[in-house]
Amino acid sequence: MSLWGRLTGWIVLIFGLTYFALPLLGLTEFSLKARRGVYSLDAYAKVIADPEFQATFGYSVMMALVTIALGILIVVPTAFWVRLKMPWARPYVEFITLMPLVIPAIVIVFGYIRLYNTSSWLPLTGSIMGTNLLLAFGYTILALPYMYRAVDTGLRTIDVATLTEAAQSLGAGWVTILGRVILPNVIPAVLSGAFLTFAIVIGEFTLAALLDRPAFGPYLQRIGANKPYEPFALAVIAFGITWACMGLIQLVTRFSKHSKVAR
Amino acid sequence: MAFLELSHLEKSFGSNRVVKDFNLDVGQGEFISLLGPSGCGKTTVLRMVAGFETPSSGAIRIGGTDVVGKRPNQRNIGMVFQAYALFPNMTVAENVGFGLKIKGAGRDEISARVTEMLGLIGLPDLGARYPFQLSGGQQQRVALARALAPKPQVLLLDEPLSALDAKVRVSLRNEIREIQRELGITTIFVTHDQEEALSISDRIVVMNGGIADQVGPPFEIYNRPTTRFVANFVGQLNAFTATVEDGAAGRVRLGGVPVTLPTPVSGGSVDLAARPEALYLGRREGNDVILPATVRDVHFLGSVIRIGADVAGMPVALDTFNRADQPPPAPGAAVELSLSSRDLIVLGG
Amino acid sequence: MSTASTAPRRRLPLTWLGLLPFVIFVTLFLILPTMYIVIGAFQDRSGGFTLQNLRDLNTGTIPSSYWISIKISVASSALGCLIGFGMAAAVVFGAVPKAIKAPLMTFSGVASNFAGVPLAFAFLATFGPVGLVTLFLRNNFGIVLQRDLGFSILSFWGLTVTYLFFQIPLMILIITPALEGLRREWKEAAEVLGATTAQYWRMVAFPILFPSLLGTFALLFANAFGAVATAIALTGSALNIVPIQLFAQIRGDVLGNPNLGYAMAFGMIVVTAIANIVYIWLRIRAERWMK
Repeated sequence: MSLWGRLTGWIVLIFGLTYFALPLLGLTEFSLKARRGVYSLDAYAKVIADPEFQATFGYSVMMALVTIALGILIVVPTAFWVRLKMPWARPYVEFITLMPLVIPAIVIVFGYIRLYNTSSWLPLTGSIMGTNLLLAFGYTILALPYMYRAVDTGLRTIDVATLTEAAQSLGAGWVTILGRVILPNVIPAVLSGAFLTFAIVIGEFTLAALLDRPAFGPYLQRIGANKPYEPFALAVIAFGITWACMGLIQLVTRFSKHSKVAR
Repeated sequence: MAFLELSHLEKSFGSNRVVKDFNLDVGQGEFISLLGPSGCGKTTVLRMVAGFETPSSGAIRIGGTDVVGKRPNQRNIGMVFQAYALFPNMTVAENVGFGLKIKGAGRDEISARVTEMLGLIGLPDLGARYPFQLSGGQQQRVALARALAPKPQVLLLDEPLSALDAKVRVSLRNEIREIQRELGITTIFVTHDQEEALSISDRIVVMNGGIADQVGPPFEIYNRPTTRFVANFVGQLNAFTATVEDGAAGRVRLGGVPVTLPTPVSGGSVDLAARPEALYLGRREGNDVILPATVRDVHFLGSVIRIGADVAGMPVALDTFNRADQPPPAPGAAVELSLSSRDLIVLGG
Repeated sequence: MSTASTAPRRRLPLTWLGLLPFVIFVTLFLILPTMYIVIGAFQDRSGGFTLQNLRDLNTGTIPSSYWISIKISVASSALGCLIGFGMAAAVVFGAVPKAIKAPLMTFSGVASNFAGVPLAFAFLATFGPVGLVTLFLRNNFGIVLQRDLGFSILSFWGLTVTYLFFQIPLMILIITPALEGLRREWKEAAEVLGATTAQYWRMVAFPILFPSLLGTFALLFANAFGAVATAIALTGSALNIVPIQLFAQIRGDVLGNPNLGYAMAFGMIVVTAIANIVYIWLRIRAERWMK
């Protein structure tokens, strides 16, 4: 590597890292300024004591968990089945799972509101439970590209056909094969997808706001318009959660690498 | 006058000296192989000639000019890599024409040369294909054509056959040698496969630990290895330890049997070696050394039968040709092995 | 008398049943809602076919909002690609120590998902009227961002710079494996055939990377074009971009004409679809040499 190359590399990298560090620094610094003249954790204390924070945060965590469960239920059997029996369908299924990256979430939720309104054949938005369900379905769609890719990559590393045949020869049915053979083998991949889903759902704004559910994202936006320092503390917390999720993904992948037998 | 001269070449990565005082003169049109185990420095030597590594010290002269300061693209060298070095985004013809295009050759000149080169490697109809549509052997042929198209002064081959199947490997190496002879291009060939090196080269450089252990024609390397490493690395070998009785006269005792060596030896004991094919099962005219042995195992390999035996506690292997009327001895049988004392190699180092 | 038992029993192919749950789910919650919007864009209030909604897109602030949205998306994707590529290349090609790679990738994973409301706050806290950088520049150098540098976080460039925070990491995540896929032998083969580094990049590396670059660009474009939360939290309704207008429209704030809303949403789909069709078309052309 020439001196010029090295120099350019360092300049680009430092420029980039400064760009990333500044907003995080600004955010953290601002969130500590609630008390005049000194840094304090006042904003955090206020935020955490706010019952609405607790309620919305709890709601979003709940939603994330439901979404993850739904995602696993839908993605794992599908990806497994496609790999095992319908390899020709893979490009099509993959294409569909990538569509949520292309169709803006706001368009999808707009469709929900019109399609599943109180006077429709499936009036999901007519009840609170129904709307919650619809929100979870929407989140599952949003997470689909990440979840599917993670699980499919996980399946690629194991020999699906042989494992299935082995299980079948021992008398296992489809549910047993999926739940006790395939799933445990792709657990690291599923977990990666799950943490990513968690990170996406926790701060999600558009769907929750337009379906009018009391989630963390809309709360964050509302409080941002009304309070001086609390929203920044909340943003730091949100960033911390995202960071923790990614850290867990790293941990899971690293751990699974160690537990695998060398080939 | 050597065409390619490497003198006192040294290369260190950090404190690790990978190539130590390497000297080699390659004549115009000569085919030289660098042979050795992985990590012996052979690839580093090649990469220094190509210009990808800068020697820590020493000189590389091509046609009398020192090229050490020159970048790879100024050296006029052709190189074939281990595998998959064809540009995947270009057709075969574009790959072969790449060097000429870089030199600014005209369209007609390029296409004429590409046709010529594709004819030379025996793939005249594949110009429009992409590399992924070719077999491994075809890809390496195209890589050879690409390297040769700009008429380089020196051709470097970096284990070009190691990624191919056994059959293709043999046919392609013969083809490479034929093309090399036809063009008379000075060539350095790096390999860890001794059979490959023996079959293809004018001269072989056996490398070990960054040093050239022995340089010579294949016949000499195989039959007269000068170091234990060379003897072991090139071909299979039976090693014996003999006690010296009269060093000046070359008289030693091998497993209780007196042997007179053609050359004087020194010291209390001496390491001797014999190729499996130098040993003969039973006695034979001209074989002056007779060794009693016990058969340990017999491997029937088809035209050749390899027999493992014990001679005075030392394991030996010998090859004998299959004869339909002569079944091989059974394991456990007591036999006599004979060899000519002239086939015994005295190992130094 | 059963003839059925003697005749070879024909089994219906049932493999497709395994895909049924997925197909139903996706149809209900992805395809049907989208189709509903698309069809609605061509209907009048009584359900008859009309092009009037699409014509109405050309009224008021709607065309300019599309234009600004597209400009922000193109700018943030282009810059994101460029800077992300530079950072990934610096790490992959060893201009900076290799040890930086793992933390950079992890960080990119975090930052590419750090979109939405919190991100907007981070930039407000930094470049907003009383933000860290704003105050620092004013107190130490007497530079006022908006007055002296013409930079406001509530503007085109403000939004673009904010979007870069998730665009650059996304580029790094996607392009790093592609850059690592460039074999050292290709560069060496090109060099030994006489090519300079620039020629190698122009004739070999860039054409090989082109499909990935293009795909990433299309993805970044869609990513920025559909970003609602960041924009709303950052600018409220100060900046007139499509997602904000549509958001207001759905909330019933503005136009009160649902079919015009469909048309706006349809327009968004069309824009991202065009980006992706162009991508797919170029990719097919660029990948003749791939399996």
